[in-house]
Amino acid sequence: MPAAIDAVAALKARWAGVTDRPSLDHPAVNVPASDLLGVLRSLKEEHGFDMLTDVAGVDWAAGARPRFTVVYHVFSTSRHEYVRVAADCADDAAPELPSAAGLWPGADWHEREAFDMFGIRFAGHPDLRRILMWDGYPHFPLRKDFPLAGIETVLPDAEVVAETGTGAIAAPMAGGPFVAAQGGTNMGDAEPRAKDESWSERRPKPNS
Amino acid sequence: MPAEHAFPDSAAKNASGEIEAERMSISMGPSHPSTHGVLRLQMELDGEVVRKAEPVIGYLHRGDEKIAENMTYNQFVPYTDRLDYLAPLANNMAYAIAVEKLAKLEIPPRCQAIRVITAEMARISAHLLGLGAFGIDVGAWTVFLYSFTEREKLYKLFEELTGARFTTSYSRIGGVTRDVPEGWTGRVNAFCEQFLPRLEETLSLLTRSRIFVDRTAGIGVISKEDAIAYGLTGPNLRASGVPLDLRKDKPYSGYEQYDFDVPVGTKGDGYDRYLVRGEEMRQSARIIRQAVARFPGGSWQAEGARRIVAPPKDRVLTSMEELIQNFMIVTEGPQMPAGEVYFEAENPKGALGFFIVSKGGGVPWRLKIRAPSFCNLSILPKVCVGAMMADIVSILGSLDFVMGECDR
Repeated sequence: MPAAIDAVAALKARWAGVTDRPSLDHPAVNVPASDLLGVLRSLKEEHGFDMLTDVAGVDWAAGARPRFTVVYHVFSTSRHEYVRVAADCADDAAPELPSAAGLWPGADWHEREAFDMFGIRFAGHPDLRRILMWDGYPHFPLRKDFPLAGIETVLPDAEVVAETGTGAIAAPMAGGPFVAAQGGTNMGDAEPRAKDESWSERRPKPNS
Repeated sequence: MPAEHAFPDSAAKNASGEIEAERMSISMGPSHPSTHGVLRLQMELDGEVVRKAEPVIGYLHRGDEKIAENMTYNQFVPYTDRLDYLAPLANNMAYAIAVEKLAKLEIPPRCQAIRVITAEMARISAHLLGLGAFGIDVGAWTVFLYSFTEREKLYKLFEELTGARFTTSYSRIGGVTRDVPEGWTGRVNAFCEQFLPRLEETLSLLTRSRIFVDRTAGIGVISKEDAIAYGLTGPNLRASGVPLDLRKDKPYSGYEQYDFDVPVGTKGDGYDRYLVRGEEMRQSARIIRQAVARFPGGSWQAEGARRIVAPPKDRVLTSMEELIQNFMIVTEGPQMPAGEVYFEAENPKGALGFFIVSKGGGVPWRLKIRAPSFCNLSILPKVCVGAMMADIVSILGSLDFVMGECDR
């Protein structure tokens, strides 16, 4: 029997809160936030899933309950199998989960990314800062209520602004994020490739 | 010398009597020739020794994952070119296989073979660039010229196959954009024939070069345990002594049919990473030649891809059913089942993973890209500490990362 299926069965027997998660490929479990670290540690130390390959935040849309889930993929470098572990964040307004950075130092950056993109906090993380966006950026871009077009924001370098007296000017986008050509036809209308059509040249971007 | 220009007392001693220089803060990058893109390293130096290194990334963040949630599956293919832009064909294939797992498509052998050939050519091309750039980083400029000559030949073949040299966008969900041109596989074979001696010549410029060995051996050592703990993959992981290659251990796209070896390092230093990449190119050429030798016939598109790929234009203009299907694909996108899949492919830089959450319909609900360069760079704060400032350049070159993929 494959190690991943064994491991999942053992986890379910040990923690009452661990349940099967529908999956099209690898064995997957839902884990309550309180058992998350225990489950991950058990996978790592007892079942040989020694590599944390991925940590992905998921936003199930504003109003969904639970709204935020974090999906971990662990991999066994000896048995070559994956297990997917998903944990829901209890609080939709201030989502939080325990940090796995103590188990895998590689989780550090993955969790920073989930925090940066979704605003999910990881308790016990050594240095929870934004990683892809700049420090002080006010939004969480991968949340479903964040528009594809972005939100006008003051750009980061206050020092430069103070020194030069000019604020940072956003690049002109003339119609949408996927405009192919400027002038003549508004390609944003002619070619509706972006699903987010809540704004165009005639309707301005939503402001924060 | 006037008093205000006097240097500080260089022999100031700390409490334990050691001479301690003032710590100097240095920002390397984001625009520095050895950072291979827009990586910034915020470092604290004690003399020439690095005491702290904090990578600052995100300068190339384009929001690919957000974009993916707003377009149909096939429309996202060109964005995958721009992840690891040195091996777009391998990215195209990894993405296509992830979505095909979601759509439960059976890929015909001819398409699988085409993908294997193109992915291995992409690997050679990516490693050649990595090698050339690594050489430049440590002062060996000649290698770059040799490796770019070979890359140019590969680009000619890519152009012939896909119409583009760089951003190929060759895969489609359930197949590829077009079949290989007549005589193309023969030319690929001819490339391999002449490439292997050229590769030996190129590698011979570095392998026993005193300067190169001095600058890489024992520099940037990553232990086996650290490599696994930080989620390193690809040549960087194998150089540390972990024989993990997804092509071998979790075969996809028919890799199980090919005979090839997985090179593994012993020390985990920059020199091992170089050796592993060099050997991987030989193995890639070996795979390509096998794939060309038994290049299967038949269809190059999955049977089930009919509902995903737009039908041929002449049929759209003459047949009602194809017209409706074309309309549906263009407006709604191909309909996918709901569910979650995660697929990792062994790319030149490491395991490129796609985690797709689908709620059905034509666009993914969430598409997470597990970028190997992102994970490979996360070890920098550990591996740079204690190194000399000049070795940072060598460490960065040996890790061979691409910021387009790291920042997404």
